[in-house]
Amino acid sequence: MRSIIKYLKEIVMAVWSLLKGMKVTGYYFFQPNKIVTQKYPENRKNLVMFERFKGEVIMPHNEKNEHKCTGCGICEINCPNGTIEIISKSILTEDGKKKRAIDKHIYRLGMCTFCALCVKTCPSEALAFSQEFEHAVFNRALLIKVLNKPGSQLMKGVE
Amino acid sequence: MEEPVKVAVDENQEYVINMGPQHPSTHGVLRLVLALKGEIVKNVEPHIGYVHRGMEKMCESITYPQIIHLTDRMDYLSAHINNEAVCLAVEKALEAEIPDRIKVIRTIMSELTRIQSHQLFWATFGMDLGGLTCFFYGLRDREKILDIFEETCGGRMIVSYNCPGGLMYDIHPNFQKRVKEFIKYFRKILPEYDQLLTGNIIFQERTRGIGRLSLEDAISYGVTGPTGRASGFSCDVRKHEPYSAYDRVKFNEVLFSEGDTFHRYLARMEEMRVSMDIVEQLIDNIPEGPFAVKLKPVIRLPEGEYYQRVETARGELGVFIISDGNKNPYRIKFRSPCFSNLWVLNLISRDFKIADLVAIGGSLDLVIPDIDR
Repeated sequence: MRSIIKYLKEIVMAVWSLLKGMKVTGYYFFQPNKIVTQKYPENRKNLVMFERFKGEVIMPHNEKNEHKCTGCGICEINCPNGTIEIISKSILTEDGKKKRAIDKHIYRLGMCTFCALCVKTCPSEALAFSQEFEHAVFNRALLIKVLNKPGSQLMKGVE
Repeated sequence: MEEPVKVAVDENQEYVINMGPQHPSTHGVLRLVLALKGEIVKNVEPHIGYVHRGMEKMCESITYPQIIHLTDRMDYLSAHINNEAVCLAVEKALEAEIPDRIKVIRTIMSELTRIQSHQLFWATFGMDLGGLTCFFYGLRDREKILDIFEETCGGRMIVSYNCPGGLMYDIHPNFQKRVKEFIKYFRKILPEYDQLLTGNIIFQERTRGIGRLSLEDAISYGVTGPTGRASGFSCDVRKHEPYSAYDRVKFNEVLFSEGDTFHRYLARMEEMRVSMDIVEQLIDNIPEGPFAVKLKPVIRLPEGEYYQRVETARGELGVFIISDGNKNPYRIKFRSPCFSNLWVLNLISRDFKIADLVAIGGSLDLVIPDIDR
């Protein structure tokens, strides 16, 4: 008799444990305001990423198409994967001296591991991270980017 | 007269199958070669190396600050703690004095990392045993920690927040507020986890008494972390060899003696509570100060051998650096917890059913890139 009671008690407790779990799921089922899922492609316009989010490396330009990169190559040395390549040229300054400047600052997004060492070590703060995260392209060659805009110059006062 | 054809008969009548490398419940590219007798597992032979990237060899050709971002990709669920291990080893070698602020922030971030790792464990363990709801609830709450990381470190899983000498950036102004909000929220949610899964009769029947690991085996195999502590092996590095700010917080080491799948699960659930206690003790007392110490631009460690161990979410991570005085290490060795934990799988899952192997494998909480490196 005792074993039958124990047996029945176990069944009741087992069902009770399942109901306890279903109480939790049932609660969320009837609480539409607790839904945290975001409808991603629809909410693209008002989707704001955090300001420190490491999307991709960019070189900020001001309205006069000037940047701060002097072409020193510290970012290139610090990059662990060879993501950055700097092609420099020599230009004549106004007072007739030869000076080194960047021709192309090449950034290979496909190789970047977002360690932030280039942005962190840049002495003139020429590099920054953008919040762009939709990196998918149809052609692999599009992942190789030139960060300085065509015709851009070094900002005055940056050495 | 023709000889009768001899049929090769396997004496053991074992049936050998592959589980993985692409199997949802091996949590990555782990291949288990199983010898089965009917449904009973007779032998498990793990084959590893599918995500081997030669990380230790790669480290020999790059400088110390560059190593940090590679360690993120070992055990990606405790990325911050891996970073910390290398940084502590380098700082130990340089005998750099680290301000309290850095230590406290590192400890808070490590504990948040531990919570999010165990949340993901809960989520995937529930899913392995057939409770898909756990997966959604676990990831929902994990998202809150990932948002905190994203705001302060800029990355969600791959944080790269530590650097030799301190941190990459200072904490975000919202950091303290958000962490307090999270702790308040998660204290309310954690009992729900217990209601949903821990008390569930199907879950209990499938985990209690399954895959028992004895204390002797845990010690001889070098099983650490919650897996080892569930067997009663007191191996918490935070307690025995405090690093960062663990010497100034009060917390209990979670210990069980049963060592079965259920108690490995319970150990992780308890650790989430312990981690929340640690964070609560520190979050209001972050001292003022710099967020990084200025080290030399090119870090060269003095000649010698350095070892630092830390407690990741899965166990003890050791970093061993041999330096010959150059800017890159002569040899670096990571003693990763998952590698040691994996090899008890054969021992503890023998003579259980193949469905129990999934439960046991899930309870070891393996991260495959940490095994292969």
